[in-house]
Amino acid sequence: MTRNIPVSLEINGDPHDLRVALSDSILDVLRDQLQLTGAKRGCNQGVCGACTVLVDGRAVRGCLTNAAACEGEAVTTVEGLAEGLTLHPVQEAFVEAGAMQCGFCTPGMVLATAALLSENPTASREDVVQALSSNLCRCSGYQVIIDAALAALETGVEIGGEAGA
Amino acid sequence: MSRSRKLTSGVKQSLPHDSAHKHVSGEALYIDDIPEPPGTLFAAFGMSEKAHAEITGINLSKAKAAPGVVAVAAAEDIPGDNNCAPVFGDDPIFAEALVEYVGQSIFAVAAETVEQARRAARLGRVTFKERKPVVTIDEAMAAKSFILPPYTMQRGQSSRALSRAKHRIQGRVEIGGQDQFYLEGHIALAVPQEDGDMVIYSSSQNPSEVQHLVAHALGLSSNAVTVEVRRMGGGFGGKETQPALYACIAAVLARKTGRPVKARVDRDDDMIMTGKRHEFVTTWDVGFDDRGRIEGIEFDLAARCGMSADLSLAICDRAMFHSDNAYYLSNVTIVSHRCKTNTVSNTAFRGFGGPQGMVGIERVMDEIAFTLGLDPLDVRRANLYGGKGRNITPYHMTVEDNVLPELFDELEKTSRYRKRRREIESWNRTSPVLKRGISLTPVKFGISFTTTFLNQAGALVHVYNDGSVHLNHGGTEMGPGLFVKVAQIVAEEFQIDVDRVKITATNTGKVPNTSATAASSGTDMNGMAAKNGARTIRDRMAAFAADMGGCRKAEVVWGYDAIRAGKKRFTFAELTKAAYLGRVQLSAAGFYATPKIHYDRDKATGRPFYYFAYGASVSEVMIDTLTGEYKVLRTDILHDVGESINPAMDIGQIEGGFLQGMGWLTMEELWWDKAGNLKTHAPSTYKIPAASDWPEKFDVRIFERGRNKEATIHRSKAVGEPPLMLAISVFSAIGDALAGACGHQISPDLNAPATPEEVLLTLEDMRARLSAGAGLAEAAE
Repeated sequence: MTRNIPVSLEINGDPHDLRVALSDSILDVLRDQLQLTGAKRGCNQGVCGACTVLVDGRAVRGCLTNAAACEGEAVTTVEGLAEGLTLHPVQEAFVEAGAMQCGFCTPGMVLATAALLSENPTASREDVVQALSSNLCRCSGYQVIIDAALAALETGVEIGGEAGA
Repeated sequence: MSRSRKLTSGVKQSLPHDSAHKHVSGEALYIDDIPEPPGTLFAAFGMSEKAHAEITGINLSKAKAAPGVVAVAAAEDIPGDNNCAPVFGDDPIFAEALVEYVGQSIFAVAAETVEQARRAARLGRVTFKERKPVVTIDEAMAAKSFILPPYTMQRGQSSRALSRAKHRIQGRVEIGGQDQFYLEGHIALAVPQEDGDMVIYSSSQNPSEVQHLVAHALGLSSNAVTVEVRRMGGGFGGKETQPALYACIAAVLARKTGRPVKARVDRDDDMIMTGKRHEFVTTWDVGFDDRGRIEGIEFDLAARCGMSADLSLAICDRAMFHSDNAYYLSNVTIVSHRCKTNTVSNTAFRGFGGPQGMVGIERVMDEIAFTLGLDPLDVRRANLYGGKGRNITPYHMTVEDNVLPELFDELEKTSRYRKRRREIESWNRTSPVLKRGISLTPVKFGISFTTTFLNQAGALVHVYNDGSVHLNHGGTEMGPGLFVKVAQIVAEEFQIDVDRVKITATNTGKVPNTSATAASSGTDMNGMAAKNGARTIRDRMAAFAADMGGCRKAEVVWGYDAIRAGKKRFTFAELTKAAYLGRVQLSAAGFYATPKIHYDRDKATGRPFYYFAYGASVSEVMIDTLTGEYKVLRTDILHDVGESINPAMDIGQIEGGFLQGMGWLTMEELWWDKAGNLKTHAPSTYKIPAASDWPEKFDVRIFERGRNKEATIHRSKAVGEPPLMLAISVFSAIGDALAGACGHQISPDLNAPATPEEVLLTLEDMRARLSAGAGLAEAAE
């Protein structure tokens, strides 16, 4: 498919004027055109969540989100979460808790958690479990990820609840 | 200077994963993330749509002419051996005359884009003359379709003991397979070099094997191929032998086109094309006394191996090695059948046959208990290894390190098993629909490759003259933190902070002839090899320091970043620099071969394992007898990791292994149709555990008194595979709840996975048997 559709996106704060194919997902554009490879191709059919990115602050499946349909939207990838060398509170919490093994699900988990934080800064453990149940991890028992998310929630509230924005 | 302090980043410390920061920021590169070299082409595969058929024609002209296609390759395009099998030479890269499973590769296309390659691959035309496929174990047993000869382990006289036993029962359990479902699918990138050499980036647990197979497929010797693996997005055994197919295809296409080729498999194709955990049908005949102690037992294990042998010999052997699990079997015969079926060749998966072996004997324990009206825990206790003359395995190895009796004592107490058992009984008497069950099951898992020669490992350690260390070894990082553990071991040896030890990608050019990172052996073997390498350098540095300080080498005091030799004092960096100027070699290869192990396969006797890893768990479940749905209410785990190198990493293995095992035994269902098509080939139809599947209450502990009796690396124990089998307590607790639902009068014929559908069908069968039994009793009156 030829890349013949012009699309303007704000990606991690920077404006990008791109040309995409009709069938391109936002994941295709990020990985194949921009070399932003933090979002992963896990199942490529919207189930595993390894491709999670934020579109206007909401967590979406990068592999199912049509790129051309994102005209004018702000996209945040895991690469854009940190402020320079300062990790985002969710990233910090994941490192602190040791919430990763192979790491392939981690960018998606981090972004899904960041979105949850901005949507529901007072989320309970049960809310966190429900929210993260749509992101698969094959290595862990999830507990350490849930713990990290809860720790990030606490920190996020302390700094004003703007964690996921 | 830091001479008074102690090293805090050596062994026995819960250091974070070495890539933690890179994982949360998206900087960690997997193979699909490596910037593609200019001119990279993308591969797609032409696969068999038939499970068993002769190939009568292959026409690839339309595929060749499709837009963007640069090359198409089939069997005749392979310069060397058309084989990517690990042991028996029976896995063709491209099928030639015969296809033996749906998804078998027949040809491949290289094109400018992934999409062009996939579209072109669909244009290949292959015609078949179909043969009747053998799909299930029962079909294979009926047709006597075997990939390898049967194998028997025997001790004592089982048939005599069975005929003399006071009680005797027979049974059968079907145990499903499991897809590894690593989140990163199979991938290889082949980059042509000068002289026709090839560099391969492969998501592989076994880079040496990929190296050898690619070389032979290209008609080269192994020294012309280099394989590198920095990390995998999960492996679980699924990347022990299976990566070779993709690496070989990428290499053949790269050779043909002279351009780099990336072969990345789509999720559905990955699940259809690659091997999984072996399905088993296990039957038994057991005789026992009034206490439930086994006097004689015969097991018959039939495994679905698929279309080729792959690692099935060792996997089926390991199922037999663990058919005793933790129990002394005085008169025992174990027979294993290795069924050939027209399904994808099954392969390694965490536990490697061991889990299937254990499920059989654990079901036997439950059935004995239900038959005698005893608590299954008491039957298990009565049969545990231990006591005079009760420590010989069915393969005649003496169990010397058994900690299960004390581990049982502790777990029974901390989980309040007895009290909860009584509560559950009274709950089940009054609750009409919801029934509860509980089970405590042990794990005793043998550590070592049972193929003895594989128990060797190498490492390469450099100390640069600024005092920084470069570490390389044959182990691969697939997630569990092997790399940080080995780095901790080297940091401990040199007494320097771990951040001065650079962890580097596994590379066949640095350490040759490595074994797969498998059999839970990664830290045991590579850690010891790295320690040996570091120790060689440290010894040379100590000898040099002694010369400088005018003392004997034995008098050199080596502390945390502080080495004292006579009146001389050095930091590690100072001594390194001085030793370099003194022309001391600061690089060493380390090597390790596991001692004491041997196994005579013809006689089925020996000591295949250096030691055993132990653990136990208690799970409680509640089932809904109207729908078959259930919840795991609580799980308590106590697991022996010896003296842990990194407790945080080990807990991660225990929790993750348990949940993966629970997925296998409860929800992950592989389903083939009669024609041999796998119908559950995506996460939409094949369900792996999610965060919400974790038990409501959970307590996991490392067995504090754990210490490896053998001289392993810092007296630790392997932890990769054993915790997976802790999940048998969940399967057994579901059976207990079913038995409880029927007044503990009959045993549930529950098969794995115990999906809600399976639970409901089992319950219906039990109720039918109960009413038939009641009818018979009435008729007899």
